[in-house]
Amino acid sequence: MPSAIGVNNLVKTYGKKSTLFTALKNVTLDIKNGESIAFIGKSGSGKSTLMHLLALLDSPTSGTITVGDVDSSTLSRRQKDLMRNKEFGFVFQQFFLNANNTVLDNVVLPLKIAGVGRRERNKRGMAVLESVELTDKAKNKAIDLSGGQKQRVVIARALINNPSVIFADEPTGNLDSVTGQKIEDMLFRLNKSEDITLIIVTHDPELAARCDRQINIKDGEIQTEKN
Amino acid sequence: MNFIDTIGSATSNMLRSKVRTILTVTAIVIGSFTITLTVGISAGISNYIDKQLGSIGAEDVLIVRPTVNFGDTGNGPTKYNEKSASSAGQGAFTSPNLTPSDIDVIKKIDGIIDATPSIIVSPDYIQGPNSEKFVTGTQEVIESAQFEYDAGGMPSDKAREPQILLTADYVKPLGFSSAADAVGKKVTLAISTPLSVQHTVSATVTGVQQSSILSQGGATINKALARSLNAYQTEGLPASASERYFAAVAKFDPSDPAKLTALKDDLAKKGYDATTIEDQIGIVKQIIDAITYVLLFFGAIALLAASFGIINTLFMSVQERTKEIGLMKAMGMSRFKVFLLFSVEAILLGFWGSAIGIGAAVIVGNVANIIASDNFLKDLPGFDLTVFPVPSLLVIAAVIMLIALLSGTLPARRAAKQDPIEALRYE
Repeated sequence: MPSAIGVNNLVKTYGKKSTLFTALKNVTLDIKNGESIAFIGKSGSGKSTLMHLLALLDSPTSGTITVGDVDSSTLSRRQKDLMRNKEFGFVFQQFFLNANNTVLDNVVLPLKIAGVGRRERNKRGMAVLESVELTDKAKNKAIDLSGGQKQRVVIARALINNPSVIFADEPTGNLDSVTGQKIEDMLFRLNKSEDITLIIVTHDPELAARCDRQINIKDGEIQTEKN
Repeated sequence: MNFIDTIGSATSNMLRSKVRTILTVTAIVIGSFTITLTVGISAGISNYIDKQLGSIGAEDVLIVRPTVNFGDTGNGPTKYNEKSASSAGQGAFTSPNLTPSDIDVIKKIDGIIDATPSIIVSPDYIQGPNSEKFVTGTQEVIESAQFEYDAGGMPSDKAREPQILLTADYVKPLGFSSAADAVGKKVTLAISTPLSVQHTVSATVTGVQQSSILSQGGATINKALARSLNAYQTEGLPASASERYFAAVAKFDPSDPAKLTALKDDLAKKGYDATTIEDQIGIVKQIIDAITYVLLFFGAIALLAASFGIINTLFMSVQERTKEIGLMKAMGMSRFKVFLLFSVEAILLGFWGSAIGIGAAVIVGNVANIIASDNFLKDLPGFDLTVFPVPSLLVIAAVIMLIALLSGTLPARRAAKQDPIEALRYE
């Protein structure tokens, strides 16, 4: 199976000399297309840093990141912007919805950024809202939704560009267990049916257990890997 | 993000904090209002002067006066000079006057085609068909001048009979039914000798001149009338007192402006001040320009203050939207587009500020025009207090939007450089 994202000897440090802090130490990892993978670890373990690097939001101090078959160090900032816009979807624990915009406007934001015209993006926005069963809430303001509905909007937003990879940072962290379960089901269903690579950062062992692979991160290093 | 969406987003961002936006825009409105109104008034006055100047013509005429040394020059009292003593019967002027020999000197200067003494006569009154008496000033005919006439035309210096050109405001009081009615009719001018014996001279009205700021000298009289009035005015005086002239009217070839400067220099060397009619009006223009610059300066200060308002508003806007900006950058919005988004927001603030300010100034200016033309500008037809040339308005709006854009640069840069990870951080 071809690899979606691969990293080799990844090192990320912050600060200089006396204040030097190593967030990631020699991480090597290969994520296959269509795979679901969970990074588990405590706060400050480096799991979020790893996700930011994989999502091209940050650059490594040393080591390589390969997306598809492209070495990310050869990409310009603009090309990285485009890759995040076209290939990646983001699901956040804290949703990051624009509270006063409508559900539909929130969902189509990546298309708006990409410069897609209003008619086209609204059409695709409605289609993707249908897949998360929120068509009736399209014109509501995001602030008026429940937590579970908000996270479904976030998933719809992540899906709108038909991404090959979805990054989910504690996707169920702000939800009760029943709602969280529904969101998990939705993510794994997409992973299977749409063949979208799912990269989840969590400290919830139950969520991690549902993934194809679980990677335990501690002090910036991969401790154990469970398949 | 395409252009329409950028404007749409910037607009909705702007409207998110309405009170703040309104206050910021108000500051810009004050600046643009002041500047627009100032430019409007200045354009109105300049327009009028240019119109008058264009209509008066007389580009070939120099008014020549002896150079005046004002009082104490630090070398003690000025010595008495018999030749340049003030002439009698010519008002309260204590400045030196021209003598016939001065006229000859002026005539001989290279570039002067002709020079004639300017006789100022001060009639006691003017009287029309209804026998009512009115005070009037007089000025001499300048043949190349072209006034705006309500009827008739300029008196002729070649005519042997006394002729006079009235200004429009004298027509009705003197008892004529209209300007056209006055033309060809006689009026009577009274003048006193140095011994206070009053004589009258009658003159034919050749025309009626429209009232303007350039007609304040009063009625325009031809040589024949001037001479007969002057004869009474200086009756019994010796030649040394009567042949003193306030100024000389010199003609020159106006085709080469460089020659005019040289000519003025030549005259200055011989002790004469020479001014064209344009120079004389130029002084009025300079005063108006000075006032305009002061007002523009105030407007500019208001805009400077407003630009800090824009900077402040946008910094707050960037601050509040840290997460949103981070999210958009995470989703692939480029630095440039983020920069553009905030720059457009700044331009929009400038746009609304200038649009409202300019609009308000134009409305106020036009209302002022209506009020002014019914009141203090009633006697000056063709004088619009404010004029708003569209190109000037566009320039003002463009400059204000440019100032807004520059003000927005710092906040927009901060937004563009924001790290998306900071926005996504929750640990």
